[in-house]
Amino acid sequence: MVTAMTADVPAARQIAEAVADPELPMLTLADLGILRDVTSENGHIVVTITPTYSGCPALREIARDLEYRLTQAGFAGAAVRTQIAPAWSSDWITPEGRRKLQAAGIAPPRPVTNGSAAQDPAARGPVPLNLTTAPRGRVPCPQCGSPDTVETAAFGATACKALLRCHTCHEPFEYVKEF
Amino acid sequence: MTDDEFTAYQALADETDDHRWAFGTGFTDPLEGIDTSVPDGINAAALAAYCLMLGDDALVHSHRLQQWMTRLPELEEETAVANIALDLLGQARMLLARAGRAEGAALAQGAGLDAGAVLAQGGGRSEDQLAFFRPEHEFRNVRLAEHADTDFAQLAGRLLIFSTWRLALFSQLSGSADPVLAAIAAKGAKELAYHRDYAAQWVIRLGDGTELSHGRMQAALGTLWPLVDELFRTHAVVTDLPGVAADPAGLRAEFDDVLAAVLAAAALDLPDTPPLAQVAGKSGRDGVHTEALGYVLAELQSVARADPDATW
Repeated sequence: MVTAMTADVPAARQIAEAVADPELPMLTLADLGILRDVTSENGHIVVTITPTYSGCPALREIARDLEYRLTQAGFAGAAVRTQIAPAWSSDWITPEGRRKLQAAGIAPPRPVTNGSAAQDPAARGPVPLNLTTAPRGRVPCPQCGSPDTVETAAFGATACKALLRCHTCHEPFEYVKEF
Repeated sequence: MTDDEFTAYQALADETDDHRWAFGTGFTDPLEGIDTSVPDGINAAALAAYCLMLGDDALVHSHRLQQWMTRLPELEEETAVANIALDLLGQARMLLARAGRAEGAALAQGAGLDAGAVLAQGGGRSEDQLAFFRPEHEFRNVRLAEHADTDFAQLAGRLLIFSTWRLALFSQLSGSADPVLAAIAAKGAKELAYHRDYAAQWVIRLGDGTELSHGRMQAALGTLWPLVDELFRTHAVVTDLPGVAADPAGLRAEFDDVLAAVLAAAALDLPDTPPLAQVAGKSGRDGVHTEALGYVLAELQSVARADPDATW
């Protein structure tokens, strides 16, 4: 049997890419790098997303938002799938996403390879620990640009963020952790 | 409702179904859309048992951390410990779901049936059935996970021991022959690196702090150390899963190196308290637990058991 049912994947992709992340609403799913694929199966759109962290509570809402918007746009029966490998990395946040974070007063993540706590697991041997209370390297303040900042908490209001404070402008700010 | 009005926040108040964000019933399977068939040549029953062990470690430790909420010294520690507990709960959900699917595959293997048919008939338990409806002796977590911390030094020390061990384990498991377990481990390893870092910094701060904090931290390690030996004991299930499971005995050197580095920076001594005895050769991995687990499960399971069909 030959079926010629193909959904308009580019149009569906455009809709999926524009959906906002519920916890970082200034970013789209495309900006955050959690949209892994948009395909057509038997005439229905299938969107594949990946969680940032294992316990991410927002994943289900993201899936519902995707289904709703795609259905509204005429893609009836659109489905959302989860994919956990390869694991999401903060390196997947796009340059546009980084710019939007900065504009919202949230410091964007540095590259993961930059001596962070979350190294590539495959590259980790018996660990040469960088276990001091000194900061892991300076994150520039997103408000004033000063490098004179200090981490106040390694875990912030959501799993993906840490809390820092700027010694120059004295403002606290959030930082998306390298992961 | 217009298109622009639809947000995730609005879904919190959505009355159209029983689904809610981050609480209540209606959670989707954390492995939905992922190919969870068990590869040929892997003992599905052993895989189910192994994933249950690793899932129970995370579930029980997560619950112990959740019990600290509103009791921690500072707001920053509240958010940190809550985030760590959430990461572990996420790992537990995926591992229990993996155990359930492998259990279904094992039932199919035993009965000569198609795995899909067995799963459709309810063969293989769901994550909720595994978390809320198993009695204490069916839990397979190490006894370290169920320990009730009596002060913040014990929380930090226990998290350091647990996350150092689990990170070493997950680093190896990210190369597992079971692709689902490998993916869960690779993702979890990144989270555990942050947990270990957080715990190590507190152990150093307390150990190298005041006379009082040093004494409390040293005492905490002495209390916890009897539970360390069990982490590195090779269980029979591991030998049934060559290339799939990681032998914990092989992780001891990395663990010892990390602990030595942290304790040296913290001016703390390696404890010499002897390992907690097994019971007739059995411990947590065999369902033989300390009294502490009963209290964890009473709190964790009582609502679900009081009304198993409830939705909210």
